[in-house]
Amino acid sequence: MGAMRGHKPDSPRLLVIACGALAKEIVALRAQMGDGASAMTLQCLPAEYHNAPQKIAPAIDMILTERRDEFDQVLVSYGECGTGGALDQVLEKHDAQRLPFAHCYEFFAGSPLFAQITDEEIGSFFLTDYLVRNFDRLVIRGLGLDRYPHLRDLYFGNYRRVVYLAQTHDISLESAAADAADKLGLEFDYRYVGYGELKSAIKAATDAIVEYGGHDHVRD
Amino acid sequence: MSDDEIVLRELSDDDLVEQMKDDLYDGMADEVLEGTKILLERGWDANQVLSDALVEGMRIVGVDFRDGILFVPEVLQCAHAMKGGMGILRPILSATENSAKIGKYVIGTVKGDIHDIGKNLVGMMLEGAGFEVIDIGINNPVENYLAAIDEHEPTVLGMSALLTTTMPYMGVVIEEFDKRGILKELPIMVGGAPLNQEFADAINATAYGRDAARSAELAKALVGRNH
Repeated sequence: MGAMRGHKPDSPRLLVIACGALAKEIVALRAQMGDGASAMTLQCLPAEYHNAPQKIAPAIDMILTERRDEFDQVLVSYGECGTGGALDQVLEKHDAQRLPFAHCYEFFAGSPLFAQITDEEIGSFFLTDYLVRNFDRLVIRGLGLDRYPHLRDLYFGNYRRVVYLAQTHDISLESAAADAADKLGLEFDYRYVGYGELKSAIKAATDAIVEYGGHDHVRD
Repeated sequence: MSDDEIVLRELSDDDLVEQMKDDLYDGMADEVLEGTKILLERGWDANQVLSDALVEGMRIVGVDFRDGILFVPEVLQCAHAMKGGMGILRPILSATENSAKIGKYVIGTVKGDIHDIGKNLVGMMLEGAGFEVIDIGINNPVENYLAAIDEHEPTVLGMSALLTTTMPYMGVVIEEFDKRGILKELPIMVGGAPLNQEFADAINATAYGRDAARSAELAKALVGRNH
């Protein structure tokens, strides 16, 4: 999170900028956050940027350029997410921070479990609740497999299994994830991990904003 | 056959080459294969078919990919079409005296990374540019690169990574090359979606290939510089 620099000391504001693939999860977490929840504004970027990470940093730069001064704190709910350092440069410019992980798979699973899974099998293709719900749109159509099904092995030939990192206990999603693995010709592994480090980050941000609201502040 | 369907055999050489580039752009593997056969039957040199029709076609594809006009699935279709043509040309080129390679290029994806689509595209363009390509595959620790250097004595070595978590390993490999004095002798190219020139400079790579076509051009330039 960036340093506190509010303009409205009586109503501190927290901006959470998130990947659209985390929207449902963050809304669910916000409902658990008590007083801090009302201070949080959530703004999401298209989940499709998952397949086009070069778009992430410029989009966040635009939002922060327009809105940074409206908020006391900013939490960018992204990992590094394949931006090649571009996201960190933008966040430094705007005094904001992201989650200290490579991607959502790592912050959902937690670094030790994620490392264990990839050490066990480097050819692990990860799904989350969001990716299971949107598998056909983001994976099948997103990679052109609906038009060019023969490309499947080009994309997935080096993978051995699908690992579904589940955020919720949902039998229908588990079944859909198994179907997805079948479509890709891969083995299936189910791991319930919940919201992992995303929950800790949202809680820390909302706790901090509540604490901030309880003190006197001088306008910038 | 519909009335407006193009009959490749009825086209002049120049029109056929243009049509093949269009077909390659549209990922029409059968048509590219047929065009390749026709040009060979007409006495074209295999090298010329490769450079004028296939490599030039893929160069255009690469430009449109870079500019956001084509996307990965379409590029893979194009590569599939090119591969068909190359399947015919490769044995001819191998058997022909004038097919002397301009250099040996060892290429592989770094440790921890199993993504090889970009590497395979680069390999194809390098082959088209006249390199003998030794593909050491995916998930390569530094030992594999060192073994490949010993075995093949390449003119250029290329490393590929798709993940921001694996790209720093390129720096580890280059550092090891430097310790062993390899870096002075062997140009090292790096590429992959999350990389940029700044990163390549930071890890002391010789060159950064931002796409497959550019990588092949750079490799040719590096070989020219060495000779």
